[in-house]
Amino acid sequence: MKTTHHAGYRKTMLLGFILLAGAAVAGISLGKYGIHLPELVAIFSAKLHGSVDRSMEIAAFVIFNVRIPRIILAAMVGAGLSISGSALQGTFQNPLVSPDLLGVSSGAGFGAALGILLTGGLGLFTPVLSLLAGLMSVLLVFLLAGTKKGGGTLSVVLGGIIVSSIFSALISLIKYVADSSETLPAITFWQMGSFANVTYRDIGIAFIPIAGGMLGLLLLRWKINLLSLGDEDCFALGINPHTTRWLVILFATLTTAGSVTVAGVIGWVGLVIPHICRRLVGVNHGHLLPASALIGATFMILVDTAARSLTSAEIPVGILTALIGAPFFAVIYRRGRKEG
Amino acid sequence: MEKILEVRDGCFSYAKGRPLLQNINASLDGGQVMAVMGRNGIGKTTLIKCIVGILSWDSGYSTVAGRQSQRNRPMKEIGYVPQAHRVSFDYSVRDMVVFGKAGHSSFFAAPSRGDYELADRMLYKTGIYELRDSPCNELSGGQLQLVYIARALINEPKLLVLDEPESHLDFRNQIRLLKLIQGVAAEQSIACILNTHYPNHALRIAQRCFLLGEGDYITGDTKQVMTDANIQKFFGVVSHSVEFQYQGETVTSFSFLDEG
Repeated sequence: MKTTHHAGYRKTMLLGFILLAGAAVAGISLGKYGIHLPELVAIFSAKLHGSVDRSMEIAAFVIFNVRIPRIILAAMVGAGLSISGSALQGTFQNPLVSPDLLGVSSGAGFGAALGILLTGGLGLFTPVLSLLAGLMSVLLVFLLAGTKKGGGTLSVVLGGIIVSSIFSALISLIKYVADSSETLPAITFWQMGSFANVTYRDIGIAFIPIAGGMLGLLLLRWKINLLSLGDEDCFALGINPHTTRWLVILFATLTTAGSVTVAGVIGWVGLVIPHICRRLVGVNHGHLLPASALIGATFMILVDTAARSLTSAEIPVGILTALIGAPFFAVIYRRGRKEG
Repeated sequence: MEKILEVRDGCFSYAKGRPLLQNINASLDGGQVMAVMGRNGIGKTTLIKCIVGILSWDSGYSTVAGRQSQRNRPMKEIGYVPQAHRVSFDYSVRDMVVFGKAGHSSFFAAPSRGDYELADRMLYKTGIYELRDSPCNELSGGQLQLVYIARALINEPKLLVLDEPESHLDFRNQIRLLKLIQGVAAEQSIACILNTHYPNHALRIAQRCFLLGEGDYITGDTKQVMTDANIQKFFGVVSHSVEFQYQGETVTSFSFLDEG
């Protein structure tokens, strides 16, 4: 049985895939080193046939070693943050929740800052420390919220606020003791969020947490519908709300921590994209989560492309997402209220 | 008739030393309706939450269709209809009914086309098929209550538990709802428990009545339990019941006159 609702979902997903492909092509060809479409096609076919002509070597290097890894990572982070946002908004029955509600960003940020302080940010140490600290922040929330009678949404949110502010204070402490000529700027830049200097190694680091977390959330998407109805309804409908909620939190945290580890703090995406997607496919999380991943990936590629092509010096993408996301959110929120 | 529900020596307290429910014994057969009555705060909702498994008995146990209910292990045999409430996300009526299936399907399953067809049948049965594509938050309280009942019925439960289903409804919707519960119980021989504040409703659809007081209770045939004397004893209210004939049946109706 078809309803208009399902047709809307299929159409949106199809359109989303076309947009994603378009965004990827735009991301490859646009930038300070502009590559026209015919040239792009020529380089790809040359690469497929084995040898790249000398005249195309620079362009090929830009495409395969600079832009493609960057686009892949932007897509992963955009999809990951958006799907986590959708999942957590549903789970906490609050459309104003964002993926770093539980202090993941502060935790991962603390790990990264500590890594930069100790090693200058080189090697695997910093990203791994950041990922671990991000996961630890949610473990702390879990311990604070308790499992006995608690584990309700309010105590989880409260735990998130506490853990988040502790890690924020620790980041400030590290910044305070950091060398102000090199380490401090490195930490500050990292916090702004950026895909500059991304390599395939970064994709390797982020792939397992982001893809694993996203897969978990996609599989749980129908259970998230039940969580969004409240604990009593969960019992009525046959799921244990406490266990299911912590599973969702775990997967969302994995995804978010993976994103923050390689790209820094990129705000607003995880809050705004779910709202846009609700307009497109409706509130059912069975449809909302896949749509969020798709639209989030597309959005992030486009914003990152803008971040590196708008001005001669690259703008950190986290600044741009906030500059675009916040007003945009204000507009859709006002519209939603008028309609409602 | 098959015995569906059995409660044995059930005790429950929220705080130590202040028991709310003591040595509850009750049983219910398929096709029977039981009305749970009592004053505010006396433990009616607690009682049904213990039976459903949202709360666990301190001692004693209850079984549904032969299986003992356990906390945090919601049973497929129980359809629980919470008080109609609005939710944060504006799901469509059809989606909301299909969610009834989502909980008991395997952990990662998505609802199938068959589930949606089943949901349509439930909506037809509860008389709100024409509302199937409406957003839940635009429904009236009565319509929303019917959506929740359709959602509970989608798993073909053996026991249907309703928490004050007719509160906030107008007279007409109250009657529609009572007839629906009566029909569901009789046609599918489902056992039903409902909390209610209306003796007239209990008399209308419930064969059995469970009257809960402080530290004691009486249970039995509704006509024998629902008397002016018991209303005075358990509610502290002076009432007067009258009997009259309607369409060849004797109807008993209570009027409440004063506290005392």
